[in-house]
Amino acid sequence: MNEVKNPVLQIDKLCVSYGKVEALSNASITVGEGQIVTVIGPNGAGKTTMLSAIMGVLGSAGRVSFDGTIEAVPEVERMVARGMNLVPEKRELFGEMSIEDNLELGAFQRYRMGHRDQARTMNEVFELFPRLKERRTQLAGTLSGGERQMLAVGRALMAKPRLLMLDEPSLGLAPLIVREIFRIVAELRRRGVSILLVEQNARAALQVADYAYVLETGQIAMQGPAHALADDPRVIEAYLGLGGKHQAMLST
Amino acid sequence: MDVQIALMLAQDGLTNGAIYALLALALVLVFAVTRVIFIPQGEFVAYGALTLAMLQGGSMPATAWLLAGMGALVALIDGATALRNGQTQKLAGVLGWNVGYPLGLVALLTLLPVKDLPLVAQVVLALAVVVPMGPLLYRLVFQPIASAPILILLIVSVAVHVAMVGLGLLFFGAEGQRTPAFSDANFEIGPLMVSGQTVWVVMASVVLILALYQFFERTLYGKALRATAINRNGARLMGISPALAGKLTFFVAALIGALSGVLIAPITTIYYDTGFLIGLKGFVAAIIGGLASYPLAAVGAVLVGLLESFSSFWASAFKEVIVFTLIIPVLLWRSLTTRHVEEEE
Ligand SMILES: Nc1ncnc2c1ncn2[C@@H]1O[C@H](COP(=O)(O)OP(=O)(O)OP(=O)(O)O)[C@@H](O)[C@H]1O
Ligand SMILES: [Mg+2]
Repeated sequence: MNEVKNPVLQIDKLCVSYGKVEALSNASITVGEGQIVTVIGPNGAGKTTMLSAIMGVLGSAGRVSFDGTIEAVPEVERMVARGMNLVPEKRELFGEMSIEDNLELGAFQRYRMGHRDQARTMNEVFELFPRLKERRTQLAGTLSGGERQMLAVGRALMAKPRLLMLDEPSLGLAPLIVREIFRIVAELRRRGVSILLVEQNARAALQVADYAYVLETGQIAMQGPAHALADDPRVIEAYLGLGGKHQAMLST
Repeated sequence: MDVQIALMLAQDGLTNGAIYALLALALVLVFAVTRVIFIPQGEFVAYGALTLAMLQGGSMPATAWLLAGMGALVALIDGATALRNGQTQKLAGVLGWNVGYPLGLVALLTLLPVKDLPLVAQVVLALAVVVPMGPLLYRLVFQPIASAPILILLIVSVAVHVAMVGLGLLFFGAEGQRTPAFSDANFEIGPLMVSGQTVWVVMASVVLILALYQFFERTLYGKALRATAINRNGARLMGISPALAGKLTFFVAALIGALSGVLIAPITTIYYDTGFLIGLKGFVAAIIGGLASYPLAAVGAVLVGLLESFSSFWASAFKEVIVFTLIIPVLLWRSLTTRHVEEEE
């Protein structure tokens, strides 16, 4: 169990099925205030499914409690309004709109609730990702893979989330950019954002995270403090491989 | 045909084209955001014009009661949902907008000497009655089936059209109506006599199109609608709910429809079922734009207007035939030049 004083997110016995196939069964995880929690696992394990269900994009059975309030079935708009934000695996950018417009829309729910601090938040995002600032008028659809990733994260940050869920933020990126992304994840925690991180790059994820879960065929197979899991022989064999030290160095 | 007649026909064509352009824009917008092919667009034109005519005739427009009925239904559905979810703080808003507003409007229409008010006030009142029906219609009919396939949405859209025409006959009778012109001024430009109403229609269309452009380019709500059209899932994750986007879109479409009706009521006689043909011509224009491109749709609209007015001179019996036949070469050309796009999931 992930014992924390202030849980931001607690999901309890969450189940999702596609038709008759159960893609997630009885998953229970906890994310504490200011924690980075990672979920690793092989392809098709149900990681994306889990994030979608927490966010309310997919229907689910079980219990999701966010910030102390229980949601029987989460509803996307309400979760966004309450400070949860998902950077989806497919990024879902607004391709025919500029970087700036994409970022502005990230703050839509905040704008609707009457907050008018978008200009300042955008500057903070530009500080994290100077590249986005250089290209602020470029259409999102024409960005490179790495830039799209940055924009997706930046757009989520515009909502000033309490809990940020990242689905494979390092997907398809060059090693140097991967390192940059993980640096930013750590930086976000320093600013008080709690993070639920789904990753294929298990080594880097375990290094940056506080607590980790291993998801296999829809079930939580292992869990523990990230550094403990990183030393676990089963994890090393299945997810870290032998002698891949250079990866670890890249991710520091 | 001499120059003078040609100029006159061109003027007619442009006037109608301006209206078709507005309707085409509304159709493209509604389709892009909600995937609904909005057949009842024309009914909003007729409702707008005939509601104004009834106000000017000094009677309470029956559309106000329709508004109250739709509002009561929505209040019932949304109120029950809010109660079930224990969101009692939402209740005041739901009741206020859906019950309070229509009843307030009916009270206002009863108390005010509507018949003797200036034209502008009458137009505003007519719009206040007809336009809110747009979002209510979305809430009642299209929101529950928002994720249905396009074909289902189209069938429901046709059903709504038929229902609205029937109600129109009930409300307004079979008599046509023509309202007084916004201005009696006439301008002479060379050999051409331009009526004040024509200037009104063209100016109003241009202003409205520019205003819509500003709305979509500059305001966050406009951008949110565009975002929904571009990527529905992405928009949801930003907290832009499809329901909100749908209601906002239908509001804009109803506003465009009703305003178009008010604008052309002094030029053509409007019957309870006239809207359909007008809407259909807007639809032809929208098709020319591939239901996707706003500028192409606007150009198509002017083309349709011109074609219509010139063919009414040469072959008035075939006027509609010629206009609607235009769609065939356009579709052929489009199907040859554009690749086939699968319906998105
Ligand atoms: N819409 C769907 N309909 C049917 N099955 C689905 C659907 N989406 C996902 N699945 C299945 O559910 C399982 C879990 O998928 P999911 O996308 O959650 O995996 P994942 O852990 O994110 O994998 P990856 O690491 O490859 O992204 C897979 O077997 C997948 O084929
Ligand atoms: Mg995945």
